[in-house]
Amino acid sequence: MPRTVRDVVFVDGVRTPFGKAGPKGIYHETRADDLVVKAIRELLRRNPGLDPKKIDEVAIAATTQIGDQGLTIGRTAGILAGLPQSVPGYSIDRMCAGALTAVTTVAGSVAFGAYDIAIAGGVEHMGRHPMGEGVDPNPRFVSEKLVDESALFMGMTAENLHDRYPQITKLRADEYAVRSQEKAAKAYANGKIQADLVPVSVRRTNAEAGETGWGLVTADEPMRPGTTLENLQGLKTPFRVHGRVTAGNAAGLNDGATASLIASEDFARENGLPVKMRLVSYAFAGVEPEVMGYGPIPATEKALAQAGLSISDIGLFEINEAFAVQVLAFLDHYGIADDDERVNQYGGAIAFGHPLASSGVRLMTQLARQFEEQPHVRYGLTTMCVGFGMGATVIWENPNFEGDK
Amino acid sequence: MSTTAELLKGAAELFPDEVVTQAHVRHFDLPLGAGRFALITLDNGHDHTKPTTFGPQSLANLNAAVDQVEKEAADGGIVGVGITGKPFIFAVGADLKGVELLKEWDHAYAIGKGGHDVFKRLSGLAVPTFAYYNGAAMGGGVEVGLHCTYRTVSASVPAFSLPEVFLGLVPGWGGCTLLPNLIGPEKAVSVIIENSLNQNKQLKGKQVYELGIADAIFEGADFLEQSLIWTASVLKGEIVVERPVIDRGEAWDQAVAKGRFIADSKVHGAAPAAYRALDIIAAARNGDLQEGYDAEDRALADLIMGGELRAGIYAFNLVQKRGKRPAGAPDKSLARPVTKVGVVGAGLMASQLALLFLRRLEVPVVLTDIDQERVDKGVGYVHAEIDKLLGKGRINQDKANRLKALVTGVLDKAEGFADADFIIEAVFEEMGVKQTVFAEVEAVAPAHAILATNTSSLSVSEMASKLKHPERVVGFHFFNPVAVLPLLEIVRGEQTDDASLATAFAVAKKLKKTAVLTKDAPAFVVNRILTRFMGEIQNVIDEGTPVAVAEKAVEPLGLPMSPLVLLELVGPAIGLHVSETLNKAFPDRFKVSPNLKAVVEAGKRGFYVYDSGKPELDPEVAALLKQGDVVLTEEQVRARVLDAVAQEIGLMLDEGVVAEAQDIDLCLITGAGWPFHLGGITPYLDREGVSERVNGKRFLAQGVASVPA
Repeated sequence: MPRTVRDVVFVDGVRTPFGKAGPKGIYHETRADDLVVKAIRELLRRNPGLDPKKIDEVAIAATTQIGDQGLTIGRTAGILAGLPQSVPGYSIDRMCAGALTAVTTVAGSVAFGAYDIAIAGGVEHMGRHPMGEGVDPNPRFVSEKLVDESALFMGMTAENLHDRYPQITKLRADEYAVRSQEKAAKAYANGKIQADLVPVSVRRTNAEAGETGWGLVTADEPMRPGTTLENLQGLKTPFRVHGRVTAGNAAGLNDGATASLIASEDFARENGLPVKMRLVSYAFAGVEPEVMGYGPIPATEKALAQAGLSISDIGLFEINEAFAVQVLAFLDHYGIADDDERVNQYGGAIAFGHPLASSGVRLMTQLARQFEEQPHVRYGLTTMCVGFGMGATVIWENPNFEGDK
Repeated sequence: MSTTAELLKGAAELFPDEVVTQAHVRHFDLPLGAGRFALITLDNGHDHTKPTTFGPQSLANLNAAVDQVEKEAADGGIVGVGITGKPFIFAVGADLKGVELLKEWDHAYAIGKGGHDVFKRLSGLAVPTFAYYNGAAMGGGVEVGLHCTYRTVSASVPAFSLPEVFLGLVPGWGGCTLLPNLIGPEKAVSVIIENSLNQNKQLKGKQVYELGIADAIFEGADFLEQSLIWTASVLKGEIVVERPVIDRGEAWDQAVAKGRFIADSKVHGAAPAAYRALDIIAAARNGDLQEGYDAEDRALADLIMGGELRAGIYAFNLVQKRGKRPAGAPDKSLARPVTKVGVVGAGLMASQLALLFLRRLEVPVVLTDIDQERVDKGVGYVHAEIDKLLGKGRINQDKANRLKALVTGVLDKAEGFADADFIIEAVFEEMGVKQTVFAEVEAVAPAHAILATNTSSLSVSEMASKLKHPERVVGFHFFNPVAVLPLLEIVRGEQTDDASLATAFAVAKKLKKTAVLTKDAPAFVVNRILTRFMGEIQNVIDEGTPVAVAEKAVEPLGLPMSPLVLLELVGPAIGLHVSETLNKAFPDRFKVSPNLKAVVEAGKRGFYVYDSGKPELDPEVAALLKQGDVVLTEEQVRARVLDAVAQEIGLMLDEGVVAEAQDIDLCLITGAGWPFHLGGITPYLDREGVSERVNGKRFLAQGVASVPA
């Protein structure tokens, strides 16, 4: 049977505000699956033209798939969100690139013709599920020196990346971090972020964490507007004595969830749904696990090659800021200035936070909004590094593109 | 310290064991840039299995929270105030344990006034107030929300009610006054009177919205978020809440009149709560809220100091607590598993039992009878009932298939009962027949199988006496209609062992019945008391009192139906049979009425005809009656009947038929539908002085179902 690959589009994306993991965090008494449920319901509310019965899949990523992130969360969250029972769901895991992989996986299925429209998103409640919870690495990794011992500790891999690129100094990383906070604060002031957030009601019973009772979260908790270089320079380097990586030039430990609608372009247009971005290509690549932050570079190379594009064709970048050094390594590779205004216009994970498997859709939601505002841009990319030595890149086309003027 | 705070402090000292509800105040920015908001969360610190209530300290906490938000509102620090509950629970009203402790009218009045004083502040703040009914809301929980400017309700709310009248109170923290002014008198009467008196019927979230109690409804999954976004829209003027104009004309009187009609048909004027509530609703027509609150305070205090409410709380606790943990039941660890049930007989009663066991236990149920036709009819009945459940959507097709496959009928008891763990007989009510049946069953059933009898008046010990293993025989006496009346009298025969009894209680629990342990005494509990009660009515009729006078004499009790209507429901022949059994056992107290005998022999099914729509003495029955010439007044009849009942209960307790008077009351409430305001019957007998007069002492100590000394 002859088949035609179908164009795939990003219809819409939303997220919960991100919280700080830990006993004083806003989501400390909120379940991870409930965060996903709020995001899915908001997505449906924002797109009333979509008949929920037509949703073909719910793919939800989580890195630690146990407890309230287990039980095939794509299926259970769908039921909890009130989707028809006929809508199936599954779970997905590629650590930090979980939601991104949920998007590309359902996108592949849409292109193939298996789905018309699907929900793809992710969640990570790092307060309820700290990094490394329940892991059991095979002892061969170490005994046979398959990976360096530092490969399992992301902060150490970031220090390793600094070693590889001595020109990326702590000062550059800190300066980058200060700019991320400034850009995020500005984006908030201009209302660029709030429009894609779903408010989440949160309960607090621990008076040490603040006022008790029910509250409402409408903004990201990790933000530190007004951060200065001086603030950052005094911070400890927890991963290495006299190191370079600090809590200030890296994303924190966070809680949050995202969800997006991915559809065939024809389906979206027939059902009157928005088309915010058109998928061009996507690629994943592996690198040495101990320098996992390098991953976005080969992944982007692959994605560009597939699309027949070069880096100069890319007008907007959304790079996940797990660590400033990893963004800077990417920018150096492509000869892009640290403060290039095409890069992370609204700031990044250093300001908003990085609840691992949820972050990919945040990058897309922000890129989509930038596309809308900047019709002169034709292509953008979302990219992120992934634990155990991987990178993930998706290249998108701006449907609002007005041609070269 | 304000006077409200002082009032509540005094009340709190009377109630040191209160489970205290905190009123947490938390601030945040509303969506849509609507401004700073203060949200009060009512939370007693326990999970949903211990719902949030309002005792005096809880009210004081809410009062303090309102102090805080009142100031913030006045200072312009906040644009609105909300109130909601912990997960699954909004608040379920006044703490009844605290009410039970109140000994003085002034204290009762203070509780009512204290609640009003706190709640009504929510309507007087400088900013609008919003109640978010997130979960179960009852009584004072509903009322605290009624004082707010706006309300939202979760579609997932499973239970929402003003149950005060059901217990013997009025919705006295604003309910009687505010609700008719909010949704109109007709709907208010339906919620406050009709639902309460209809076995405390609960509303679901959707109905709360449809009635107009809530201004908006949102699904449970993100109820609070959507409520707060709605709040922001209301505060910004983007949503304008419109409520229907209330008709304050004749419709108001009609609604109240309808309420009185409902109250009369349920309690026959015998319990004051519904009427007090209706008086306040009637007066609420003029819209003067404070006048209404004052009337509520007085009504609450009067009712709290009255016997009906105390009996009501006692009855409520019996059903909720004692009914779930039967007095005298052996340790449940002794119970044996029941994986197959046998039913001897396939008649109507047997078939009803088969259906009940099938639905609740979901194990194979096998019916036997003396010929194939009867067996087929019995199984056919069960199948038809399953189809009815399917048709009504109560069960799905899979469940119907499962249940139908589980019920079978056989002629050969050996085939049917060889692997049954619990076998119940429902054959003809005659000792010889039942003994034969049990002997046959014992010959084929496993050694551990329980043999249960649904006899209503025969001796369980005698029935077991000829068996090899009499220790496994128990009485298992259901009440008609089996699917409706919760009571199950579990009878311990002289030789019944603990394991068999424990198994019987375990089965009763699975059947969702209220089990009460009784001794193997003639007619057990309910039938003995009802027969004595009916017998005394019959006696005075036989002696010469007109039927109408005898019937009317017990109306002030507010029983669900008159004695002769009850006799008709039971069937005069069965009534006669039980009276003959009891006459054999206690000839000096239980007479066999010649008139009743004549009615049964004439084949009459009752004393009344209903041609006119109302019960009227059947002329054919009237012609049969041979009455003496002693004509008593209603008061005299009532005294005789109540004396007889008090005497009988006293004797039953002396005989040890049940453990305590509480069990008698529980039986009468759940097996005969005797009302809460009587507390079954012994609280009423105590309060009317009958117990003292007849037995020289009360059944229940002062304070158990009455105002403490």
